[in-house]
Amino acid sequence: MRLDILNRSYSPGTKLLFALIRAFTGYPVPDAAKLIFCRPGFYGAQAKKFTHEAMRGPSAWSVADRELMAAFVSKVNECAFCVSTHTATAGQAYRDSGKVQAVLADLESAPIEPGLRTTLRMLGKLTREGKVDAGDMREVLSAGVSRQQVEDALAVCAAFNTTDRLADAFGFELLSPQGFEAGAKYLLKRGYR
Amino acid sequence: MADEGKKQAAHRALVDRILNGEGRSSPEQRASAFSNADVPPPLHPLIDKVATRPAQVTDADFAAAKASGFSEDQIFELVIAAAVGQSARLYDAGLAALDEATASGAAG
Repeated sequence: MRLDILNRSYSPGTKLLFALIRAFTGYPVPDAAKLIFCRPGFYGAQAKKFTHEAMRGPSAWSVADRELMAAFVSKVNECAFCVSTHTATAGQAYRDSGKVQAVLADLESAPIEPGLRTTLRMLGKLTREGKVDAGDMREVLSAGVSRQQVEDALAVCAAFNTTDRLADAFGFELLSPQGFEAGAKYLLKRGYR
Repeated sequence: MADEGKKQAAHRALVDRILNGEGRSSPEQRASAFSNADVPPPLHPLIDKVATRPAQVTDADFAAAKASGFSEDQIFELVIAAAVGQSARLYDAGLAALDEATASGAAG
């Protein structure tokens, strides 16, 4: 990573936790976890609360749908680490990695519900252009998505526009495909807390 | 509506911590990075890329910030402020558009 403090500024308890994660998963601790545990009082403690609420808190969207949104937003941001992490996590959550790959390859032809498709389209525009208008939102609502679901999707979008930026800026190291699958299993079991 | 409130409240708490909590950079420096405005020249390329094209950040952007006297802890904080700031603007823009779309009719 591009800052040395992201490789060394951890409490003794966190170092022990990292050792346990290595033992439990058989893989090194991903840089995403290192960021959360580096000076957690500044960013990590509040960031994980928000991300966990967005990704695992109550919502009419399934966990799989929200992981797909995370992968999709990350694809728009060209964040390789987050695309791989959340492609693997959405694939495991849906038990259908082909569906996730299809969405990332071509949203318009992918085999998903119209409500999810219009929501992803709106999140993509917001992430790419920095703005959406009432017409974009009416299109989502008219596809049967509730106002609350739109708000929930915007929370996922906010969480991953932050994480994507930090992954690319700090230079998160990519994992092996097996490492990403192990990370996905962990995220589905434990969430983002 | 309680759950929606919880997500937005958690986001507000994050933004408040980044802008107003204790840090090695000043609240003014964090506010500049957050809004990507009035950022000092040696930091500007790094902060602007984090906000607008993060995939293009390079080692040289970090080296320039360090060479101008910013510590690793300060750069850590200001990069995070820039990322959280851009995301907060997107979140606000989305929620505002949603409010506008539902203002004249029944909120779904």
